[in-house]
Amino acid sequence: MKEKIADLEEKARRLRVAIVKTLHKSQSGHTGGSLSAIDMVCALYFHKMRHNPADPAWEGRDRFVLSKGHAAPALYVALAECGYFPAEDLMMLRRLGSHLQGHPDSKGTPGVDVCTGSLGQGLSMANGMALGLKLDGKENRVYAVLGDGELQEGQVWEAAMAAAHYKSDNLCALIDSNGLQIDGDVSKVMNVSSISDKFRAFGWNVIDIDGHDMGQIIAALDQAEAHKGAPTAIVAKTVKGKGVHLFENKASYHGVTPNDDELPEALRCLGCCD
Amino acid sequence: MIATRDAYGEALAELGGENDKIVALDADLSGSTKTAVFAKKFPNRFFNMGIAEANMVGTAAGLAAVGKIPFLSTFAIFAAGRGWEQIRQSVAYPKANVKIVATHGGVTVGEDGGSHQSVEDVAIMRAIPNMTVIVPADGEETKGAIRAAAAYKGPVYVRLGRNKVPSVFPAGHKFEIGKGVVVVPGTDLTFITTGLMTAAAVTAAEKLKAEGISARVLHIGTVKPLDKELVLQAAQETGAIVTAEEHSVVGGLGGAVAEFLGETCPTLMKRVGIHDRFGTSGKSDELLKYFGLNAETLIEEAREIVSRKK
Repeated sequence: MKEKIADLEEKARRLRVAIVKTLHKSQSGHTGGSLSAIDMVCALYFHKMRHNPADPAWEGRDRFVLSKGHAAPALYVALAECGYFPAEDLMMLRRLGSHLQGHPDSKGTPGVDVCTGSLGQGLSMANGMALGLKLDGKENRVYAVLGDGELQEGQVWEAAMAAAHYKSDNLCALIDSNGLQIDGDVSKVMNVSSISDKFRAFGWNVIDIDGHDMGQIIAALDQAEAHKGAPTAIVAKTVKGKGVHLFENKASYHGVTPNDDELPEALRCLGCCD
Repeated sequence: MIATRDAYGEALAELGGENDKIVALDADLSGSTKTAVFAKKFPNRFFNMGIAEANMVGTAAGLAAVGKIPFLSTFAIFAAGRGWEQIRQSVAYPKANVKIVATHGGVTVGEDGGSHQSVEDVAIMRAIPNMTVIVPADGEETKGAIRAAAAYKGPVYVRLGRNKVPSVFPAGHKFEIGKGVVVVPGTDLTFITTGLMTAAAVTAAEKLKAEGISARVLHIGTVKPLDKELVLQAAQETGAIVTAEEHSVVGGLGGAVAEFLGETCPTLMKRVGIHDRFGTSGKSDELLKYFGLNAETLIEEAREIVSRKK
């Protein structure tokens, strides 16, 4: 297990490098929230989820919803690393003619099941998939990554209520709680705490973790899978811009990309020499 | 006489027996929208989502993403109104195979008043790319429309009413998405109508005949995509068009016909509908009269437009 965790940590480091390079190239996109979510995305795509890059529509796959769709680079680098499409495609992020839109688009990108980006809608879709899979008697699981600012949308709580009501225990929500949104601290813009208490009050199984501790992420995903009768929320404390001190904990890096001057330092932080 | 929502309930329950991929969702109005008929027959495939329309739309999109054919229902004002952005982002944008069957459209909701009278839903849905918009004339056409919606792969909005409406089509009438139907032939003008206004146009055409005016009635069951061929033919052959709908004259059928003919065959036109205002409380028949949504208005407009032709 220790070895597995070390592998995943190394993978996450490489994915961070890919995010920084991709966003530097595009000069448009969201840096902070991609870096805060990447450890969880990495654990899902390279450890937990059943999926088949050679057959993106494979029926036996688990489903993934990036509800905080602006963190699309975190999803795209993982999909590219899995082999859903060539890594070179990443260099076309957000460009005209590219299949990599600014926010995930199921029509264009192999491995993307639902369109997201308009905040607050992903958990509803994830629960819809969970209900449909259960109806067919399938064991497949559905994972949704949400932001903490996103929880300000009322629809999230409509979905939370419905998932608990229908006992969607094949559904797992991961909350990337980095504490920042465009206008500043989540607690100051519109306080959503306590996230854990809220999900618990809605009838969810709740697990609090450090969202950058790979061991904790994996243990939580295992616990979520084992829990029956209710959906699970993994509330992950994270750092916006995690891994690059230039971007860490800065709301201003929500929708800003690394410039030419910042790139070498960012890559150095990530232990990247090329 | 049968309400289109009743025909929907029957048709959905029937389809449910033929195709187990069909699921239904409602937002605490299953008795009124008639999805309760399906729910009773197929309880496992029915999801009451409570009074939470936005989540219902997203849930339907998720069900579609795993291969289900979801039919979701609530009143038109809450489906197209509360659910607009979810319909745009989660349903129409990915071309999700979701069927939105909105009941209680238009002013015939009656006593509930302006807040509940959806007079702009067709315009809202028509403006969304990928969306097909259907407004059946009667129960028979509703049954065909629901069947066609289930067979069609992609998002569909079907707008139904609350009250019983006169029959326009015979039993077994075949509905085809995107195809209009000439219900009454005529040469002096054409009523292009949708929903319950088609029956009114048939009545108007009969009365006009006695006056020596030959009115064609072209029923448009699918407001989007518009049957351009039949509309153009009507414009060219009769030279005068009166559209009619239980909806705002802004952005609905009248808007669709005007947009199309304005670019292809500018034609004398009148639009009968609700003139950029909200509904109000009253009995449904009183309201139809109050807003001029009846054969009398159509006759007046027909006389006027025919006189302008000369």
